[in-house]
Amino acid sequence: MASLNVLILVCLGYVVFLFGVAFASDRLAATGRIRWLRSPLIYTLSLSIYCTAWTFYGAVGYAARSGLEFVTIYLGPTLVMIGWWWGLRKLVRVGRSQRVTSIADLISSRFGKSNVLAICVTVLAVIAVTPYIALQLQSITLSFSIFAEGDPEGFYREGSSAFWVAAGLAVFAILFGTRNLDANERHHGVVTAIAIEAVVKLLALLAVGVFVVWGIGGGIEPMLQRIDQSEIGTWTIDKSRWATITFLAAAAFVCLPRMFQVMVVENDDERHLRTAAWAFPLYLLLMSLFVVPIAVVGLDLMPEGANPDLFVLTIPLAQGEGGLAMLAFLGGFSSATSMVIVAAMALSTMVSNHIVMPIWLYSQGGGASVSGDVRNIVLFSRRVSIAVIMALGYFYFRFTGGGALASIGLIAFAGIAQILPALVGGLFWRGATRAGALVGLSIGFLLWLYTLLLPGIGSGLLSESVMTNGLFGWHWLRPDALFGIAGLDTTVHSVMWSLSLNTVAFCFVSLLSFPSPLERLQGAQFVNVFDHSASARGWTGLVAQSEDLMIMSQRILGAREAQEFFHAEALQQGGRGVLPDPTPAFLERLERELGGSVGAAAAHAMIGQIVGGSSVSVQDLLAVADESAQLMEYSSQLEAKSSELSRTARKLREANEKLTQISLQKDSFLSQVSHELRTPMTSIRAFSEILRDTDGLLPEDKTRYATIIHDEALRLTRLLDDLLDLSVLESGQVSLNLRDGRLDVVLDRALDSALAGSMRKLVVKRQKSMERIALRSDLDRLGQVFINLIANAQKYCDARDPVLKISVHDVGGQVVVDFIDNGSGIPAEAQSMVFEKFARVSSEKAGGAGLGLAICREIMQRLGGNVTYLAGQGGAGFRVSLATNQEMAAE
Amino acid sequence: MSVEPEGAPGPVQSPPVFLEKQSYRRRRLSDAARLLPIFGALLFAIPLLWPDGSGDGDPVPMSAAITYIFGIWVLLIIVGGLFGLAARRWSAPEPGRSEHG
Repeated sequence: MASLNVLILVCLGYVVFLFGVAFASDRLAATGRIRWLRSPLIYTLSLSIYCTAWTFYGAVGYAARSGLEFVTIYLGPTLVMIGWWWGLRKLVRVGRSQRVTSIADLISSRFGKSNVLAICVTVLAVIAVTPYIALQLQSITLSFSIFAEGDPEGFYREGSSAFWVAAGLAVFAILFGTRNLDANERHHGVVTAIAIEAVVKLLALLAVGVFVVWGIGGGIEPMLQRIDQSEIGTWTIDKSRWATITFLAAAAFVCLPRMFQVMVVENDDERHLRTAAWAFPLYLLLMSLFVVPIAVVGLDLMPEGANPDLFVLTIPLAQGEGGLAMLAFLGGFSSATSMVIVAAMALSTMVSNHIVMPIWLYSQGGGASVSGDVRNIVLFSRRVSIAVIMALGYFYFRFTGGGALASIGLIAFAGIAQILPALVGGLFWRGATRAGALVGLSIGFLLWLYTLLLPGIGSGLLSESVMTNGLFGWHWLRPDALFGIAGLDTTVHSVMWSLSLNTVAFCFVSLLSFPSPLERLQGAQFVNVFDHSASARGWTGLVAQSEDLMIMSQRILGAREAQEFFHAEALQQGGRGVLPDPTPAFLERLERELGGSVGAAAAHAMIGQIVGGSSVSVQDLLAVADESAQLMEYSSQLEAKSSELSRTARKLREANEKLTQISLQKDSFLSQVSHELRTPMTSIRAFSEILRDTDGLLPEDKTRYATIIHDEALRLTRLLDDLLDLSVLESGQVSLNLRDGRLDVVLDRALDSALAGSMRKLVVKRQKSMERIALRSDLDRLGQVFINLIANAQKYCDARDPVLKISVHDVGGQVVVDFIDNGSGIPAEAQSMVFEKFARVSSEKAGGAGLGLAICREIMQRLGGNVTYLAGQGGAGFRVSLATNQEMAAE
Repeated sequence: MSVEPEGAPGPVQSPPVFLEKQSYRRRRLSDAARLLPIFGALLFAIPLLWPDGSGDGDPVPMSAAITYIFGIWVLLIIVGGLFGLAARRWSAPEPGRSEHG
């Protein structure tokens, strides 16, 4: 039999070997050659920290006591892994995209970065896991004591061995668990060491199993017969425990801080889950394959009263297989150490991020940018936390002495499973709120404490009277029979009440409460993580100073890392300087970066302090909404203005064109007028010179010349009259002579005077019945308009047989008179000009001064009506709109 | 730099109502993968129905119970492994799409 000294030497050698492995892989990781370290195999093996000393030693004891029930501890995780597509995939994706550092961080992050919630989860985890750590210390100590019994010369004291084990594990965890700060830089050293330990414990258990089945049992068939004949040879099972513990193990597998650490935080690649989904169940199967044979053989061979929890160790020892016993011891040692190291690391991260750092930040008062390197403080607090957690486990072990391994493990499972409703609700239900999670967690925690932990650890923590009569003497509050329902198994009773009331409270309070905006945004991100892995909430970095942020980040990330990060950000923003602008996107990335070191809540608070606490609130959102509404209104105003402007510009362009045309027309008119004036003037001058200078003119010649002079003078007068008339009309000084009359009479008179003495034959078509309309107007002026229009038709209609159609309608209550001839009409480009003064459609048809239509329009506008050109009538068409009598009366 | 998870889709355009045959198979496979744990839980619950010697009927011998439970376990591992292989095959040509399965 190996002496205790050899055992201790082997143990130390093994630890040194693990140190070496951890150190070497950390170095490898630092040089970037980490492909191998990131394989799915390592990931799967690192998950094996689920199999602690409790399962290594305890499963056999469990099987010896309750038959196959032990297997439920493995079936739960198997189902969870097989169902990775449901839950783990999402959990890992959320964990990676939000850069969570622990399960407490995840819960806090989901429910609006609430630090209260993180503290609750941390406290719960510490309370639940401490007995579990004590359990590992106990198992190592027990296995030492087994060897010590066989080695009377060895100097061995249980208490001191537990102390040294605890201290050694703390040192290991501190050395490799707190080397680097950022959770994103994974603990390759620790993970690799754990993977090796996983192989060792599997090989050890398989070796003992093979030895038992083939070495002692004589093969598979005889072994099965032996099992059937043993005291656990029939299927006897507590059905409620079977279902409950399967569920509990599944829940704990997800919620345990150490499992979360290796499964989510240390995960390098989501695709590793794919391999672990079948490989880890296989590992569990192999771990449990020989448990029943070992238990059966142990019950057969070992003396009455031997501790079945240690059969793995005592059977080889009793059979004189010292080497195998040593291997089994190393397997148990590996199970215990890997669990303790990772659990301590995970818990210390939670304690330091959610309890120590917030308190420290608060005590500093001035915020995150006060003097001192925060990074050192975070690391220091983690180291102290590891030491404190190990000390807690040690003292727990010393003062309670431990019970059966399996029962302590189950108590821890039930405690940690209280996180499950908040976790699952947070991942799959957007309506889950912080208040709901807090209330549910508190209720579950208290019930677990009252119904399982306090009665379970004994030592008189709950007085006898409370146990038998219930709290405050209320019988229905007995810890083992809540609400009077007695007779259940303690674990089943506690799990049922605590988890169901936890869930009910969580759902109910979530339904009643209203989440803060941050919670709702985070909720949407968690639940729909596959739709958008980007962050939706933002910082408004108006007040934030990049320098302050830089100072703070250097203290947390380290000077070099922070500078690199800021430089990369500045480059990404366009390289305008050394420091990036505090854009919301930058602040968000910085927050995540910091969150990797100090947790989401603390990072949020730190940036909040510098940025000025401008995390999004309802008011902010409303303000943003308001602002954008104003912007939209403003832009629509702008749009209206711009369209108005473009309308005005179009009008101006038109006006300008018109002005140009008018100016051109004026020029041509002036030359026309001068021509018109000059022609009569020339003949007047010429004939008057003849009359003056020529002697002996015949009287008839004199008369003819005088007549010519007279006619030309008349023409001049008419032209001047027209000009005068127009200027009078335009200046508005005209006086109207309003009389009652009839339209047909006015038209008759106009036709008579317009057509009198005309050479050209103009056929006029009228509908006299329509024309009998009484009107009150300046009939002479109206007649003048009509004459003008008729004369125009006569002068300009270019048809061979000119026809003028005069029709009278009632258009919208207004009497209109249309003059439409059958000529070619007025060209479209001239239509807008015909009513202008001095306008002429074409110079070759020049017959007058171009004032007629202008005068017509002036007259009609004076009379309250209008003259417009009617396009599209097959000839030139003019419409005279007469004023209604009312309008006239009003004028 | 924050690490953006792979396969995070950008702006999602509305997915087609019907899928190609290959994508259809893919989705049904992921459905099957989702059903697997439920199926496994039911199979692991069957021993609850076995007589345990307290009532009528002979109790089931432990060797049979071990064979049943470990048999189911092996079955789940194999099916899970096959699904893992299938998942690896799809994710190669079409990385992001399997996320919507």
